[in-house]
Amino acid sequence: MKASKVARYGLLTALALALSWLESLLPPLGVPGVKLGLPNLAIVFALYRLSWKDACVISLVRVVLVTLLFGNGAALAYSVAGAALSLSLMGLLKRTGKFSSVGVSVAGGVAHNAGQILVAMALLETSRLAWYLPVLWISGTVAGVLIGIVSGVLVKRVPEVK
Amino acid sequence: MEWLKTHRNDAILIAALMLLGGALAVFLYATRQDGGYVSVQMDGQTVMELPLDEDTQILLGEGGEFTNLLVIESGAARVAEANCPDQICVNHGAIRYEGESIVCLPHRLVVSIEGGPGNDIDGTAG
Repeated sequence: MKASKVARYGLLTALALALSWLESLLPPLGVPGVKLGLPNLAIVFALYRLSWKDACVISLVRVVLVTLLFGNGAALAYSVAGAALSLSLMGLLKRTGKFSSVGVSVAGGVAHNAGQILVAMALLETSRLAWYLPVLWISGTVAGVLIGIVSGVLVKRVPEVK
Repeated sequence: MEWLKTHRNDAILIAALMLLGGALAVFLYATRQDGGYVSVQMDGQTVMELPLDEDTQILLGEGGEFTNLLVIESGAARVAEANCPDQICVNHGAIRYEGESIVCLPHRLVVSIEGGPGNDIDGTAG
């Protein structure tokens, strides 16, 4: 692996981790799971500037580190599921070439929340989480729009590192 | 509106997702019913069923590593205290309609509202 790639991985992973921490400091927004998804700024940026594979690696490392630092085992399972579904969908949508970072990030936000709920349902062996779906669905869309706009600007404005 | 012209697909996607989410919310809201009793599940097993119309307080998981204080008050259930790290169950607030639930993932606990008045609990108790 080239040194510049190692440096970029490190930089973006650290950024994603710091954003996770920053987000954990924000007051809860009423319903668990409703959040901005700030770390996604770094992931969407990686998706556009590096590659889908790089974004996956950074996302996975972030999830594992966040779990070690602030979380627990159960949270790891559902964080990985959310991240995996989100990255799969974002990769697919980006590949079609029909969407900007906003559309890609919106799909990622909704998929992230849906993935978490599905695993929570499986882990807890209950289907009684239906109420969370519309709430997290809409909050995921709104958060995705905001993250998509900001990361779009970042992808355009941040100078390319040689 | 310039944005809409250059981001037509994005706008369609966002509108479609919002409509779908909204439709799901309206459907759930329209079909909601007052609950009859509170069901407590731990590790996927139903361990307790309590009527919603009787005020009570129960310390779930008493004596164990994980505890959650369940409070039933004026027809609604909430988790008042818990020793989990994230406190999501405590911040969730009260639930009163059928199908609503409070989840404490670290403790593998689900508190959910079931059935309307005149459910099978009354049947067996009567």
